[in-house]
Amino acid sequence: MNHENAIEINDLRCGYHGRVILDVPRLIIPAGELVAVIGPNGSGKTTLARAVSGIISPYRGTIRVNGQEIARLSHRARARALAVVNQSVEADTIAVEDYVLMGRLPHRPPTRLFETIEEIAIARENMHLAGIQVPGNTPMDRLSGGERQLAAIARALTQQAGTLLLDEPTAHLDIAHQVQVLDLVRRLNRERGITVMLVIHDLNLAGEYSDRVILLDNGTPRFSGTPTEVLTPDNIERVYGARVVILPDPLSRKPRIFPVTGESSRGPGKDEISERWNAPR
Amino acid sequence: MNISRRYRAWAIALAGLLALLVASVLAGLCIGETLFTPAEVIRLLTNPVDDGRTEILTRLRLPRVLLGCAVGGALSLSGVILQGIFRNPLVEPYTLGISGGASVGVSLTIVLSLQVAWGSFTLPAAGFAGALVTVLFVHGLGTRRGTRVEGLLLTGVMISFISSSLVMLLMATAKSRDLHGIIFWIMGALNETNGTLIRLVGIASVASLLLAYLYAPALNALRLGAEPATQLGVNTGRLVKILFLLASLLTGICVSVAGLIGFVGLVIPRLLIHAVGTDYRILLPASFLGGSIFLVLSDILARVAIAPLELPIGVITGITGGALFIAITSGRKKRAG
Repeated sequence: MNHENAIEINDLRCGYHGRVILDVPRLIIPAGELVAVIGPNGSGKTTLARAVSGIISPYRGTIRVNGQEIARLSHRARARALAVVNQSVEADTIAVEDYVLMGRLPHRPPTRLFETIEEIAIARENMHLAGIQVPGNTPMDRLSGGERQLAAIARALTQQAGTLLLDEPTAHLDIAHQVQVLDLVRRLNRERGITVMLVIHDLNLAGEYSDRVILLDNGTPRFSGTPTEVLTPDNIERVYGARVVILPDPLSRKPRIFPVTGESSRGPGKDEISERWNAPR
Repeated sequence: MNISRRYRAWAIALAGLLALLVASVLAGLCIGETLFTPAEVIRLLTNPVDDGRTEILTRLRLPRVLLGCAVGGALSLSGVILQGIFRNPLVEPYTLGISGGASVGVSLTIVLSLQVAWGSFTLPAAGFAGALVTVLFVHGLGTRRGTRVEGLLLTGVMISFISSSLVMLLMATAKSRDLHGIIFWIMGALNETNGTLIRLVGIASVASLLLAYLYAPALNALRLGAEPATQLGVNTGRLVKILFLLASLLTGICVSVAGLIGFVGLVIPRLLIHAVGTDYRILLPASFLGGSIFLVLSDILARVAIAPLELPIGVITGITGGALFIAITSGRKKRAG
């Protein structure tokens, strides 16, 4: 069942109330890769995530996950092929362990209402893997936003889906938790071979963590390639309409994006710095 | 093992509620204008004698208590289901216009004096027809634009307003004798003695509990929201549709037999969430049992409060339920603050 392309989209058009938001001739997430989907507000990132997770159905075209067209799969089969982590979890007083155990739902026959010892073992292992420190009976609303996202990843892992779709998983988190969550995602991708589609608006995080970047513009993938190929001042200006300076990260050498603000554009050093970094390529 | 400890706690909670229910039923059989001792109740039920006291117990008291169990459980179950699918603790069976529809059906029947011509099944049938029309109407309108539950809720509340205005219109045009009938019905009562109807309500409520229980894990997932539940493999649209129709029809059956008995579906699930937690695998049966207990006890109060006169049970559940609800919510605030 291990298909070459974890996610394959062909000729997709979708949106809301008959309006086309997303027009994707072709988009591929190769198995085993960590691919970031970026783009300005309103460029269709979230619509793409909702289409891939089967929440909205396309007007035309196909979305395949692991070779299977999701429109033809049952809800349960879809949840076994693809696990989704959203921007935040609303789980009020549900205990962490119960929440993580919900990942077993698509694997359980509908007539079996109670969890097995094996399922609990899977959930606990994934909680451990995700670095959840609190006891399993802690209510979700007692956790910090970062811990809740770790729990969401543990729940997604418990789905044992092979492909993970993360929709802005770090949008509400502070810098330490952003790094903690994305470090975990990268580790899962590298060590467990889990394919990751990471929808994210933070260009620096996208550049830092992904193998490949897909830049959406107005509902269509405009550029695709390695972070260094896609994250260029020209591409950013063309899609976002913002002028930026791009420099290598002092530690990882991945591209860092600095917006040119009203004040800094008047400074003398901007062109010089930008040229020094952009020239050798 | 954590989990087995939890299952044991659930079993203890259910056993406790069941014991309370048995005690309430026994109390309900004993207490009234004619008093029985528990021993006498058991003796007369297992070994009936042909006298007036047996007659009172088996023909009046027993059907009433059994109907209380069935209606109380059903209303509480409907409440907990609707609160689950709408993710809103203030929704109850009556919020959605189901009771309003039944009231219109019954009022119309009384104003037109149809029950005189058509016999004792007419009022329940009219109530159920009214409820059914409302449910289908709410469902049809509310889901026209996709399966957004907000649509169902808004439509239900509006239908509820419209139908209560219609009832008032009918009351304004009714003769004073009919007016009394309408008011009496609206306030609710458990004095239905027709065995077939009582059996029907009993079977419907227990069957609904069993059916709803199959959806307990999906309801748990729905607590995360409609989209996250869909991502976990729950067919959210179908789930909401099935459970909405189930809860509505069950309420329709109850209302048409026992009239409007408010607050059970609102208060009892709230109370039991505090006692047993929010997992629907325990919350559904616990709410059912809790609703039965509450209604049987309320009915005792209705019978003895101003004896020999009888208070409408809807008044009792409204007052005690409302007070209970305030107590729960204010107590919770204190703990949180």
